[in-house]
Amino acid sequence: MNHKVKDATIPHIPTGARISRWIGRNLIRIYAVFAFTYLFIPVAYTFAFSFNDSGKSNLIWKGFTLDNWQNPCGAPEVCTALVNSVKIGFLATLFSTILGTMIAFAIGRYSFKGRSTSNLMIFLPMATPEIVLGASLLSLFLVFQINPGFWPTVMAHVVFCISFVVVTVKARIASLDPRLEQAAMDLYANERETFRRVTLPLVAPGIAAAALLAFSLSFDDYIITNFNSGTLKTFPEFVYASAARGIPAQANVIGSAMFFLALAIVITGQIVGRKRKVSA
Amino acid sequence: MRKIRTPYLLLLPGFAFLFTFFILPIMNLAQTSTQTPVGGGDTGEFEQTLRFSNYLDAFLENREQFGRSFVYATIATLLALAIAYPLAYAIALKGGKLKNFMLILVIAPFFTSFLLRTVAWKQILGEEGFVVPTLRTIGIISENTTLTSTSFAVVMGMTYNFLPFMTLPLYASIDRIDPRTLEASGDLYANGFTTFRRVTLPLSMPGVVAGTLLTFIPAAGDYVNAEILGSPNTKMIGNVIESRYLTIVDYPTAAALSFTLMVVILILVTLYIRKAGTEELV
Repeated sequence: MNHKVKDATIPHIPTGARISRWIGRNLIRIYAVFAFTYLFIPVAYTFAFSFNDSGKSNLIWKGFTLDNWQNPCGAPEVCTALVNSVKIGFLATLFSTILGTMIAFAIGRYSFKGRSTSNLMIFLPMATPEIVLGASLLSLFLVFQINPGFWPTVMAHVVFCISFVVVTVKARIASLDPRLEQAAMDLYANERETFRRVTLPLVAPGIAAAALLAFSLSFDDYIITNFNSGTLKTFPEFVYASAARGIPAQANVIGSAMFFLALAIVITGQIVGRKRKVSA
Repeated sequence: MRKIRTPYLLLLPGFAFLFTFFILPIMNLAQTSTQTPVGGGDTGEFEQTLRFSNYLDAFLENREQFGRSFVYATIATLLALAIAYPLAYAIALKGGKLKNFMLILVIAPFFTSFLLRTVAWKQILGEEGFVVPTLRTIGIISENTTLTSTSFAVVMGMTYNFLPFMTLPLYASIDRIDPRTLEASGDLYANGFTTFRRVTLPLSMPGVVAGTLLTFIPAAGDYVNAEILGSPNTKMIGNVIESRYLTIVDYPTAAALSFTLMVVILILVTLYIRKAGTEELV
């Protein structure tokens, strides 16, 4: 905390020692830079190769072009797959956020008989490997002679998204100051008004975060989808199927665009949240 | 009366859904696992014969892949913990104003499809990438050593892909530590390392437990990294289940393998949580 004072009182430190002290003090920060670099290497690679003038197989750098960005649907099937993924992601997010938020309120707000069983019920899908979830759902659909496809995939995604929604929203509920609700009650708000005007707005950021998480989990899922989508192709399935012969650069365009879009949404959310906090 | 009913009403739709699309399928999976093929076995139809030795056959036939799954998942989890802990520590305790921004950076790679990133690793580490020629020039690897199609690549891919799952819970629990406890430790003449070992680490244990579980469980069932970055010699149990189900159409074996994988993971998780002593996970 008192670096400056210390440096001032000991003036005769050789530069080399100063540098090594600076490194010692900032070692953890230097490490963080390396860790983030590691996290972003393949993202940067994907982005760079979205500008590759590659033709069919995007394996070797052949030259810079903007064609892929100007015509992101240029490769066959890539946009159909994207639309499928967005539709499935949207529906899975909607259902899992509603169901999960209700469960989170029940577990986070009430003590009742069967509460620990409920916790277990939420934990189990998270403790089950995706491949088991996907395979078991497929075998159920086969028994009831339901063909794999769009809706089975949506249902499968809701199953694994619910638990993550519950955990996220529950954490937010647990962090609420109970005095705020008591204050509302003291000011003659009834239970319903307190919920609508105090509790829900306070939990809303948690619900938004849960929805974003659910969408990204659903949008990015391959294993469960592969078991339940039948002939329907989602974006990850498209990437997987074309991985062997080289992924078209248009897929890199879509991956990079999703990255910047999501980043923009999250950062906007942060700024709006901070402004609200300041003005409140 | 209303008060007592409310939580159950809130739970009802969600749990009805989970019962239909999670519990029923698992029960059905258990039932499928003891079936045998009808007649000659080429029809793809199966009947219930309660043949429990399906489990033994399936396990013995694939014990190599089973072992590999757990070894790879364990190494990847330990590596991810080693990489993520200092990172989470840096964000939580040294992040300052950049804390939220750095958290966004941790989840940001998620937004580019993990398959695209895994394929990117394959190309970066492949013969045409820049890593292999560089390492060969420096002489770290020999001329005929490759990085892709090895267990190294598979474990590295899993470590990379599950790193955010490790970092976020670690961050959450380190961030919750009251900085005054660290100051108090220093005031009591503990040096940096002792403070870490006796104060920071024990207080961050819930994050360590949650992070290792969130990494180990998907890693043990994963087959995508093994498929893209590996070779036939790095096949994991997920690869076997996938091909039994979707290519070979041998549902009973696939079901027996899935059920075994799930039960083994549940047992390991339970033992681990008991040992670590954190009951409140979700």
